[in-house]
Amino acid sequence: MASSAPADAMTLRSRIWSWVTTTDHKRIGILYGVSAFAFFMLGGFEALIMRLQLSGPDAGIVSADTYNQLFTMHGTTMVFLAVMPLSAAFFNFVVPLQIGARDVAFPRLNAFSYWVFLLGGLFMNVSFLVGAAPNAGWFGYANLTSAQFSPGVNVDFWAIGLQILGIASIAAGINFIVTIVNLRAPGMRLMRMPVFTWMTLVTQFIVVTAFPVITVALVFLMFDRTFGTNFYSVAAGGEVLLWQHLFWLFGHPEVYILILPAMGIVSEVIPTFSRKPLFGYAVVVYSGLLIAILGWGVWAHHMFQVGLGPIADSVFAATTMLIAIPTGVKIFNWIATMWGGKLNFTTAMLFSVGFIAMFIIGGLSGVMHSSPPADLQQTDTYFVVAHFHYVLVGGAVLGLFSGIYYWWPKVFGRMLSESIGKWHFWLTVIGANLTFFPMHFIGLLGMPRRIYTYDAALGLDTMNLVATIGAFAMALGSLVFVGNVLWTWRKGEAADANPWDGAMLEWAMPSPPPVYNFSVIPTVKSRLPLWSEDGYEPKPLPEDPPGPIHLPGGSYWPFVTAVGIIVAAAGLLTGSLWVALAGIGVLVVGIYAWALEPFEV
Amino acid sequence: MDAQTTHRRGRPRILLGAAAAILVIALSACSGGDFPQSSLHPTSDFGRDIDALYRTILWWAIGVFVVVEAALVVTIIKFRQRRSSKAPQQVHGSTLLEISWTLAPAVVLIFIAVPTIRTIFRTDGTAPEGALQVEVIAHQWWWEFHYPEFGVVTANEMHVPVGRPVALAMTSKDVIHSFWAPKLGGKRDVMPGRTTHIAFSADSVGEVYGQCAEFCGESHANMRMRVVVDDSTGFEAWVAQQLAPPAPAETLSEQEQQGLDLYRTRGCIACHTVEGVSAGVIGPNLSHVGGRSTIASSILPNTAEGLARWLSDPPAEKPGSLMPRMPMTEDEVAALAAYLLSLN
Amino acid sequence: MTHAEATHHTSTGLDSRKIGMWAFIGSECLLFGSLISTYLVYQGKSVAGPTTHEILNIPLTSVSTFVLLMSSLAMVLALAAVTRGDTLWTRVWLATTALLGLIFLGFQAYEFTTFVHEGLTLQTNLFGSTFFVLTGTHGAHVAVGVLWLLSLLVRSFQGKLGAEKALNVELAGLYWHFVDVVWIVIFTVVYLLQ
Repeated sequence: MASSAPADAMTLRSRIWSWVTTTDHKRIGILYGVSAFAFFMLGGFEALIMRLQLSGPDAGIVSADTYNQLFTMHGTTMVFLAVMPLSAAFFNFVVPLQIGARDVAFPRLNAFSYWVFLLGGLFMNVSFLVGAAPNAGWFGYANLTSAQFSPGVNVDFWAIGLQILGIASIAAGINFIVTIVNLRAPGMRLMRMPVFTWMTLVTQFIVVTAFPVITVALVFLMFDRTFGTNFYSVAAGGEVLLWQHLFWLFGHPEVYILILPAMGIVSEVIPTFSRKPLFGYAVVVYSGLLIAILGWGVWAHHMFQVGLGPIADSVFAATTMLIAIPTGVKIFNWIATMWGGKLNFTTAMLFSVGFIAMFIIGGLSGVMHSSPPADLQQTDTYFVVAHFHYVLVGGAVLGLFSGIYYWWPKVFGRMLSESIGKWHFWLTVIGANLTFFPMHFIGLLGMPRRIYTYDAALGLDTMNLVATIGAFAMALGSLVFVGNVLWTWRKGEAADANPWDGAMLEWAMPSPPPVYNFSVIPTVKSRLPLWSEDGYEPKPLPEDPPGPIHLPGGSYWPFVTAVGIIVAAAGLLTGSLWVALAGIGVLVVGIYAWALEPFEV
Repeated sequence: MDAQTTHRRGRPRILLGAAAAILVIALSACSGGDFPQSSLHPTSDFGRDIDALYRTILWWAIGVFVVVEAALVVTIIKFRQRRSSKAPQQVHGSTLLEISWTLAPAVVLIFIAVPTIRTIFRTDGTAPEGALQVEVIAHQWWWEFHYPEFGVVTANEMHVPVGRPVALAMTSKDVIHSFWAPKLGGKRDVMPGRTTHIAFSADSVGEVYGQCAEFCGESHANMRMRVVVDDSTGFEAWVAQQLAPPAPAETLSEQEQQGLDLYRTRGCIACHTVEGVSAGVIGPNLSHVGGRSTIASSILPNTAEGLARWLSDPPAEKPGSLMPRMPMTEDEVAALAAYLLSLN
Repeated sequence: MTHAEATHHTSTGLDSRKIGMWAFIGSECLLFGSLISTYLVYQGKSVAGPTTHEILNIPLTSVSTFVLLMSSLAMVLALAAVTRGDTLWTRVWLATTALLGLIFLGFQAYEFTTFVHEGLTLQTNLFGSTFFVLTGTHGAHVAVGVLWLLSLLVRSFQGKLGAEKALNVELAGLYWHFVDVVWIVIFTVVYLLQ
């Protein structure tokens, strides 16, 4: 029984309530997108202050402790509160449309994942208000994070916050695995799925297997800090390295969680604006699978400077080099897609091409890291900062912006401005290169990472200043994007169903889609449904559904359950048993009410 | 709906400008003297082994970069849409190409993997017989050095003889740190409950800059050091100096005597060792601090001015420092500094 | 099952919730795998305090293991009963499963308190920390399972657990069997392979 009442008939209160109780994947996608972008701006702001502090030696803009909080929160925010949820925004909005489904497998679980993410992100950032933001790095190495060496609540905010976000991610992971495996339209065989959907599926498998490992690592940390256990206690015979092994067993698959969705987006955008199908579809799909599997075998390349021994170092060097092959193969297939095509450089296409150009650099510096002896000079310096920003900003962020420009018309029914978009693109790409390319040199010339200031004698002032200028150019680019959104919100050109003449099913319906997505679930007959004569049927889809379509209504229990988790977390943070029990109580009530409420998918 | 195409005229100019900027930055990295903590200007066997491997990999990386980026640039220029463009051929793939561009990177990686593994085993931290053993103990936020061969204990400034193999055995008293003197080679983490190793033999005399390279808390940025490579007579002289008994009190000037009194009465003895005066072990050994070139784990020069800054307010110079701010007048600070400088 | 689910086409022919439970179980394998691996890595490394040989009571734990195994049998029988619409035996076997689970938890509680009296706590040494967190996490999973089973029992008494709702019991059964299998692994690794 879901139809949205005419907008003017809804009061503001009922409109807000409809967003709080929504279980519609399209709305949840928008919620993820808006929240993630807000966190992206926050993380970017933290970076700007960091770059101001590093624009010269002893700049004195912020104190050492404040700087340590900033770099910790910048990393944590960008990874967990910006890139991952922005990818989730696309999983939510696009995947059901691409596979011909009306929604995800578990709509309330979907809403739950969003609210837990939002509340978890807010929980973590509340720490700033009490002057105790996490300050031990986004990777929180033991035993610096022990109660002895980090006596404040900073690390507790971090550990508990990450656990909360882990719950959101694992729930969403299960949801999307089931959705893609089980809710495909008739004829949508696995090897007919769009590459973005494939990369989503692979990413979710990584999520549900990698996040439990960091869950355990964080449980150990919290128990050490709160109950005096010995997991990372050297005095009791424990190993500080246990943390690193567990963290990086999660942490390396995590970087593939960050990049595979963006690679999926690029695999959609490039064929559309080359007017050619993706070159080597099967290879691109299999390489994604291979990366996910091999990604489990490389974790100790983050530990080359630990001294694991020449045999361990050699094995991990080999596995790390090996994973470069499926990664490179994707790049060649994208270029081959464009070769012989008719290339239309819309903003979405520019961002995807920019992804390729910058990811090549990030990938190559990654290969340089894969050699342990060479890595002994590069790791823990600005060289590795350059590497991962090339793959995360030049890669993931550019890919996500490409997706934003590509699917914006479908989501909102309006076109973004292409001319403003070009300014956004060039400011971002030039800014990113200005910021991160000098960092290769800064690192090799002796600047370690995670330092709030540096010796003037190192000779690195000018390069640091250049990097700072680049960061502001990037920030300007993001502001231009915000301007693009505001400018076109009411004045933008209305979008029709398929403004880019794309090939996939999401373009077969109005922009924005009706709440029920497809008037009739199509039967799919081709990998390129809209580009093939006989791609799907009925062609065209009827404008109106032939009969009533049953859709689940909203529910507030996902939100209530999420609140229960946060309250319990607050109890754990403050050491207040009553608050923790109250939270668990709300959680249990929420779960039972959720299980027992009449809700038909 | 037709989307705009981008203006290609502006593109080459931007690319040229970017290339120029990169060239300027790259060339500026050429001189080792301007960059005292550079890893690109090694002065030890360990450093050179790594550097040689790094340059091999770098050239392969540059080669791949040029080829792939060129392919990309050529593609986007050659196939950008023009009014005359026809509908493109709907190619789906090519098995031959897939095999080729899977094998080619694999071959390149072999050229990188083989020297890598050779170098791993050659530089695995085992030092030859007769190497100079130096024990490194890392603290938040300073370095302690022991020379068991001589019975020398010092801090923050390590001396080694040129041409003789040196074996560092490293552990931490608190959290994980990382020993990194880039000109002498790669870094190695220094952990509590474990001992890690670096082996090297320096090949030129001079002062090498180093710094902790694993985030270790509030003043991680301030945990720096110096490694001084002496010629053999210089090193012997340094050892002798470290072992020399303290100068008798009568030889001190009045200001230095006042400084010694301050040292004894303002709490310094609780944390520091000065042979014959105090036996504290929480902070660095100061018996011969006067002979070092830097102070406070190399964040300040070891001069009257540098010492004055440090002694006046240690937590201001090194946030989080365990060394408290002891209220002293300017004259008292100067006296204490003079005394410390006298401890050669 | 709702009317919508009954008529819903799915790509695999399986109910989405069943696939979801399998995905969840897969995720939990990594959770317990990390805990068990940590236990193994730290085995024999405690510097002080009671060790496994001194404190583990294999005969007693064999009994509780048997109890848990029997509870899985009861679970299987509960599913068979609900599938054929046998209300009485559904309730009997659901109650039996929950009861056996509670007995298992009782044994765990006894074991934990005995160990504490004998000088092994969370804080004592590596063995204490790894043992209690590993078996405690497992016990928490059993407790959640017991609550789930009791909830199903209540639904049955409310007349809301007919044959058309067999999937609900099957899902609980998948979870319950998984928790049992994890215990077999823990029992083997911690108790039998000291």
